[in-house]
Amino acid sequence: MSRSADRCMRMLVAVVLAWCASAASAGGYPGIGRAATQAEIKAWDIDVRPDFVGLPPGSGSVADGEMLWIEKCSSCHGDFGDANHVFPPLIGNTTLQDIETGRVAALKEGGTTRTTIMKMPTVSTLWDFIHRAMPWDKPKSLKPDEVYAVLAYLLNLAEIVPADFVLSEKTMAYAQSRMPNRNGMTRDHGMWDIDGKPDTANKACMKNCRPTVEVSSALPDFAKAAHGELLKQNREYGAIRGTRTMPETKDEAVEEVSKVPTAPLTANGCLGCHGIEGKIIGPGFQQVADKYKGKADEAEYLKGRIRNGGAGTWGDVAMPPMAQLSDADLDLIVRWLIDGAPR
Amino acid sequence: MSQDTSRPGRLLRAPESFLSNDFVKTVNKDGLDEQRRDWMRKAFTAAAAGVAGIGAVRAADPGFIGDPNILELPPWTTSLGLPVAHRGYGMPAKYEMNLMRRESPGLASVAQASVAFTPLQGLFGIITPSGLHFERHHQGWVEIDPSKHRLMINGLVKTPKVYTMDDLMRLPQVSRIHFIECGANTAMEWGNVAVPTVQYTHGMLSCSEYTGVLLSTLLEDCGIDLKRAKYLLAEGADGSSMTRTIGIERALDDAMVAFGSNGEMIRPENGYPLRLVVPGVQGVSWVKWLRRLEVGDQRYGAKDETSGYADLMPDGMLREYSSIQEAKSVITSPSGGQTLLDKGYYNVTGLAWSGRGKVKRVDVSFDGGNQWQTARLETPILSKALTRFNIGWVWNGEPAILQSRVIDDTGFVQPTYGQLRAVRGTRSVYHNNAIQSWKVAASGEVSNVQIS
Repeated sequence: MSRSADRCMRMLVAVVLAWCASAASAGGYPGIGRAATQAEIKAWDIDVRPDFVGLPPGSGSVADGEMLWIEKCSSCHGDFGDANHVFPPLIGNTTLQDIETGRVAALKEGGTTRTTIMKMPTVSTLWDFIHRAMPWDKPKSLKPDEVYAVLAYLLNLAEIVPADFVLSEKTMAYAQSRMPNRNGMTRDHGMWDIDGKPDTANKACMKNCRPTVEVSSALPDFAKAAHGELLKQNREYGAIRGTRTMPETKDEAVEEVSKVPTAPLTANGCLGCHGIEGKIIGPGFQQVADKYKGKADEAEYLKGRIRNGGAGTWGDVAMPPMAQLSDADLDLIVRWLIDGAPR
Repeated sequence: MSQDTSRPGRLLRAPESFLSNDFVKTVNKDGLDEQRRDWMRKAFTAAAAGVAGIGAVRAADPGFIGDPNILELPPWTTSLGLPVAHRGYGMPAKYEMNLMRRESPGLASVAQASVAFTPLQGLFGIITPSGLHFERHHQGWVEIDPSKHRLMINGLVKTPKVYTMDDLMRLPQVSRIHFIECGANTAMEWGNVAVPTVQYTHGMLSCSEYTGVLLSTLLEDCGIDLKRAKYLLAEGADGSSMTRTIGIERALDDAMVAFGSNGEMIRPENGYPLRLVVPGVQGVSWVKWLRRLEVGDQRYGAKDETSGYADLMPDGMLREYSSIQEAKSVITSPSGGQTLLDKGYYNVTGLAWSGRGKVKRVDVSFDGGNQWQTARLETPILSKALTRFNIGWVWNGEPAILQSRVIDDTGFVQPTYGQLRAVRGTRSVYHNNAIQSWKVAASGEVSNVQIS
């Protein structure tokens, strides 16, 4: 196409687009919104339906998936998708028999941990979710081939596909045909439609409805303090008081001044993994403070560990590098750690 | 301690009870000097902390001259107050900090995928203060720059469109009061009593006045293909980009995209600057940080409608797409983890709601469900909104079991645990709307119980 013809064509396209855009809003609300471009729709329309509409082409093997899994997924989900320390386990408690019937027998029997694969009827959901939301701290960073690979590894752990399997847009249907709980879902209930039929039909009896009343379940004494001091979870004036669940302390009325650098700890997600006192995934800040107390280069050492991340000192779960942390915030956190990380 | 403290339910004595007989007699004789004023202050401080041990005089006693809170003018009555705009954004009084959103320990191991419960035990009326609205995130909460936020509508529409916040805030606006309840509210109680207070049993419940644009307005603006459209996919802009399928009937009825909540912009924890509001439907469908709506002809099978938010039935089948929050009520005060001050009169108060319409009636029982009385409903009584009920009660110091039971305008009566478990067993996690029982012991302590 010549330059002038090209320009002419572009102008024509521009005119047509402008006409389309104005036509789109020619309804009740002139000037509101605009037509989405194909590139915009492609960037955001990432959902994959159970009939695989929206599934991008690509492929990944179980072997590739295993490597990715160990690198990006296992710290939370465990090497075999069976860990329970951060999220409920993904894999386990399904059988070859379940794969045949499409119903997970353990769901009926109960008494076992309900893993994701026990409940999941559709392989599309796993692809969609891994692609949109995983890894936990870097959602949407996996390319389609990597999603296929990671999912192939998971499906192999659940014995849905063999170890030499390559998952692709063409083999997803095979995986679907072997999902252990593919026949385990029901829509036979009244809770989708606003006028659906309820499960129960209680009657509004007013007099002598229940001559004997027996308490069948109550909170055991040892569990009463599990949610902390209930006295402090109610107003200290008014119709009632919170029930005291903790031993009295002498200077209860004195509010402690918080020195915790809450803002940077929250903004950078530190509190998701580290408790003030104790371990969540990584060690508690006070545990860190204790361990390095008095160390000659304590400040520099802690700054380096926070900046660069690492694993091995406190367990196998890696701490991601905190490159985004400002120097001022890093200083604040480290000074607080050197003070012993007081509450 | 006075003998009164060992009487049933006598948690706290009247403040004047903390002055000794000798003290009162001295004051009568010699008046209040500085030292005596100081003594009195200390006695009251101790009384307020509930740890006083000074011999008591009651208001009815002959030596009683009056309450020092009246006789002694307090500093707020004898000093200059603070200027206007001292706090550019106002805060509750410093004495109110006990009522906070709180997590239930052990419920989730990561705080970004956890729940913070609303302190229903101390709230009044039907509107949840925005700062106490419950939180449930799937991958943490984010604070979106509203000038960079976009809403895309695509799928079965004539023209897929993009809207900025500028666009959305120019469209026809509606303001409506609705409750939001997580499908997993009261989940921990399916098998047995597990948590102590109404904050943890029922606190995944809030109610706000939402302002925004009806979904029907937006979908019509894009030219929705009403012949083929059956479902809507809603998707968030946060890291989890959570998705849920909405039925087209719900979407075109009263669902809206909301930017306002209780007169201000919706809070970041609740989806700032834009969240989906699907009245009557469980909270997980009210997608926060809403970035996209796709019109389709099939359900989407999202993670939170397959492995989560599906109700496990006794036969091992999972009910998927259980959405409506059926009628439910709970007494919020007195409630578990509280202790009554004394025998005598109490205003018993609570909340009732239905995802299918309006609250028609609330009955309250003080004997575990044998005899019932109808409570007074406060206005407004709105469809798919919390309704506040109140009823007077004179506690005679004997053990009691308090219950409330709602009837909605479809005639549905809130079920007992027995009725609910007979159909759903004890493992379904979601949609527990059974009648709640609070036991009042002779000591005045109120605790969470279930009855058979």
